[in-house]
Amino acid sequence: MKRIWHGLLVVLLFAGVILAGCGAPPATSPPSAGGTESPQPQTTAPTTAPQQPATATQPPAAAPATEKTVIIGFTASLTGKLNVESTRQTNGLKLWMDQVNKAGGLKLADGTVVRFEAKFYDDESSKDRVQELYTKLVNDDKADFLISPYSSGLADASAVIAEQYERIMITTGAASEGTYQKGYTLVYQTYTPAGRYLTGAVDMLASLDPNAKRIAIVHENDKFSTDVVAALEKYAVAQGFEVVLKEGYDSGTTDFAPIINKIPANVDAIMGGGHFADGQQFSKAIYSKNLPIKFIALLVAPPEPTFAEIGDAAFGIVGPSQWEPLAAFTPDYGPTGAEFIEAYRAAYNEEPSYHAAGGYVAGLILQRAIETAGTLDTQAVKAALDSMDMTTFFGRIKFDTSPESHGLQIGHSMVYIQWQRDASGALTKQVVWPKEGKTADPVYPIR
Amino acid sequence: MSPGTIASSIADGLLIGIVYGIAAMGLSLIWGVMSVINLTHGALISLGMFGVYLLFTTFGLNPYLALIVVAFFGLLLGVLIYLIAIARVIDAPHLSSLLATFSVNMIIIGLGTAIFTTTPRDTGFSLGSVQIGPVTLQGTRLVAMVVTLIVAGALYAFLYRTRTGKYIRAVANNRAAAELMGIPSTAILALSFGIGTMLAAIAGGLISTFFSFTILSGGIYELKSFIIVVLGGLGNPLGALVGGLILGVLEGVLPLTMPNTWVPVIEFLLFVFILLVRPSGLLGGK
Amino acid sequence: MKQWLHPGFWITFVIVLALGLAPIVTQNASIREVMFTILLAISMAVSLNIILGYTGYVSFGHVVFFGLGGYLGMYLIDSWKASLPLAVLGGGAIAALLALALGASILRLRGAYFALATIGINEAARTFVANFEPFGGPTGIELHFSVYRDYGGPAQALWIAYYAVVGITLFAIVFSYLIKTSKFGLGLMSIREDEDAAEVMGIVTPRAKTLAFVFSAVLPGMLGVLFFFKNGNVEPGDAFRLHFSIETLVMIMLGGQGTLLGPVLGALGYQRLRGLLLTSDVKIGTLPLKDFQLVISGILLLIIVLFIPAGLVGWLRRRFAPLRRVLA
Repeated sequence: MKRIWHGLLVVLLFAGVILAGCGAPPATSPPSAGGTESPQPQTTAPTTAPQQPATATQPPAAAPATEKTVIIGFTASLTGKLNVESTRQTNGLKLWMDQVNKAGGLKLADGTVVRFEAKFYDDESSKDRVQELYTKLVNDDKADFLISPYSSGLADASAVIAEQYERIMITTGAASEGTYQKGYTLVYQTYTPAGRYLTGAVDMLASLDPNAKRIAIVHENDKFSTDVVAALEKYAVAQGFEVVLKEGYDSGTTDFAPIINKIPANVDAIMGGGHFADGQQFSKAIYSKNLPIKFIALLVAPPEPTFAEIGDAAFGIVGPSQWEPLAAFTPDYGPTGAEFIEAYRAAYNEEPSYHAAGGYVAGLILQRAIETAGTLDTQAVKAALDSMDMTTFFGRIKFDTSPESHGLQIGHSMVYIQWQRDASGALTKQVVWPKEGKTADPVYPIR
Repeated sequence: MSPGTIASSIADGLLIGIVYGIAAMGLSLIWGVMSVINLTHGALISLGMFGVYLLFTTFGLNPYLALIVVAFFGLLLGVLIYLIAIARVIDAPHLSSLLATFSVNMIIIGLGTAIFTTTPRDTGFSLGSVQIGPVTLQGTRLVAMVVTLIVAGALYAFLYRTRTGKYIRAVANNRAAAELMGIPSTAILALSFGIGTMLAAIAGGLISTFFSFTILSGGIYELKSFIIVVLGGLGNPLGALVGGLILGVLEGVLPLTMPNTWVPVIEFLLFVFILLVRPSGLLGGK
Repeated sequence: MKQWLHPGFWITFVIVLALGLAPIVTQNASIREVMFTILLAISMAVSLNIILGYTGYVSFGHVVFFGLGGYLGMYLIDSWKASLPLAVLGGGAIAALLALALGASILRLRGAYFALATIGINEAARTFVANFEPFGGPTGIELHFSVYRDYGGPAQALWIAYYAVVGITLFAIVFSYLIKTSKFGLGLMSIREDEDAAEVMGIVTPRAKTLAFVFSAVLPGMLGVLFFFKNGNVEPGDAFRLHFSIETLVMIMLGGQGTLLGPVLGALGYQRLRGLLLTSDVKIGTLPLKDFQLVISGILLLIIVLFIPAGLVGWLRRRFAPLRRVLA
């Protein structure tokens, strides 16, 4: 009896696995999808109903329907190491989409009303399946426009697909310059590029203390952070600073004591960092070692609200941010910062971080471009993006149009925050740079 | 390079090394008793971190009291994991036990990511620091050292001074012979796995008092534990403590002589090299 | 020659061929992408099976060959303007060389010691490449988009990479079967059953093991080049992902180690299951099923490891004697 049960269980189990294996491929693609794939994708006539894939017979831009659903495709890191930042980015994007749809959608030149719909999959914070999923988004889900995944590495892998199928992609959460220097023509960057993440901190230090000349650079040994500090070092040296130490650390490092012991005693400033957990830990380690450092600027971690969990160690730390709730830009397009914050709070019951704002603005950029173009045609929207120069609550948006670095963000610049104490002694974030956007004077020296 | 810098580096190395040591002890014990490489180890360390963090932040329980609670549940969880996932494959080829522990690891990490996300956590707990000459020592790390020494001492006393400990050593030595002598080997194996898990959870709890962490952080200590158990002798839990100290000091001192990013390369090459020339470990017998 | 009449070989070959041809016949790019991932997994599993299934050595270092081969190939394409075929051959060659060097040393270790050493080698390789400037150090290597122009544009280049993967996978099947049915393969299996006895029987075990290791390393080296060429960039963390090696082990375990068909079915089942879980819209309570894909895979794997350690094909062969003549 027992044997029979055992056998039955095994058969069922494998039947499940194999059915999943064999049955799935046809199921994931529409039955008539065979004919829709061709070297020239039908971007000119976005398919509204996947059940009618005979798009080849549909003349471009003919017979405007009164209403159209535009599919925005992207992947999000629902699992894996990028899940926090990516989820916020997705939240921001969805908020934008909900608002546009609730307001009745967009009106095109020919009177068509456009509504947006999101299609997305989990990329597990890994590059393995990004291209597979984006190809699926374009071919099966008929995505009309693409938004990048979070992080430079994943965005880079997805950009190839966007370019190959001639879909416009707005990248957000991806700062490395490399992606825009490969000859792409349809990929546009929302974030300030990596090279300008910490250069402002150098300017800030120079204005605070002309005698502070010695900088130690300590950074995560990955693509993004290495790109940032390469530009930082070049800029600092050109401004007359001396880089007395430049050290990398392996991603996932928790013990920073060995590096801190290497920092010479007479260093004025420490700059660098990497991502979240390491940046938080590094600040903590500097504090517990009582280093007499006057100025510390680290990547990514400081702007996060939970950075304050480390208590006193957070005091005085400066961090570049793509956007801050406090920074008061006067937008000429889209909501004001306060409106965005309020809507985001209402929707997700948390404070928006710059990842969330980035996701929202990626949608806003697309919206503006479609409005300007008055059509969904890829080339027309591309032209609108190329000539775009607007200020949103996120800051200025303008793209490089030179063939060498097409799509690179050149309008937007970083703001710098510092953790300070308010009157009651609680830690608060203040914008301290640039001067025109500041909400408080920088604390200097911090120790 | 000043003598102060070198002294700091060595002191820091020893303090982190002893924590590495306790993290590796459980792995080493389990290997020694049942020849299983426990790929759940990292996830269990992470659970220890979250245990102390949650008890401290939600109930305000002192982290060191929380550690006792975490250790107790670690023991139970370990026995449970052994009975469910490992007992059946204990005599199967290595691949089976490797994959059995790995699948438990997947389940824990999967649940952990779904529940806690991967946002870094920090207990925000501090005991200040002590200044001795040029060396600054963090209070939480000093306490961690003391706790580790107590745990290691207790483990030693348990293994060498109690009957159950004797049984464990007998099973580790020769399971078939031990069974012939009337030792209940399944119970002993389950207990050993429980103790191994408890040590991992304690290590995680201690680490959470001074480092920020996520559900994935344990993986780093798991990798380091592999190096340590080889340094200290596979299957020798107390050797792991020495192995941890060696690794800690290496990590403290090597960066003074070379770019920091080369240190892990050296570590892993050393690890392979020791496996090749002395598979029983630097301090291993035979 | 008689071995080529065995239906077990043809069943496997035809399954892989059918999978490989599906996107080509339909000219559907998203099926192609799905198949690329599946075929990559199949050939990784089939090649790992040579050292794991036939010889009985558990290696966590299979991705090292994939990563190193991929890196060298990308380096050749980017810095030396090498053509793709040349880069693929280069990737295979460097992987073979590394396996030869490693095999001579670490294959002396047995059982879990070998498994531990391969973990060490994977981490050493990853951290080394992150410091190795010719390979771009931590930033890795990025291909300029214009590289794809030599292959008729990016769309065409992705198809070319796909054809190459189909070819390599089919070759892997033939190659694996050839080893399995040869005298050399018999020697490997006797090492698996009892290494000391095999030695007594006159098998030069170090040479046989090293050769098996080299054979299992060549294809991952070539696949790495194709994968990263298609991706357009390579970074240390992506190239040497320990998790990838473990997944490949899991696939072999699912299908049945030491069999020809097993790794193929295992890779297919694992990849599809994961794909399904990742893209499903089902919810448990308020939480989407996607969040639990790792948990579900873990539970499934545990059940299979505990109750059906021989894997699907091994279990079928054991349970239904007539199938032994049909499945290899």
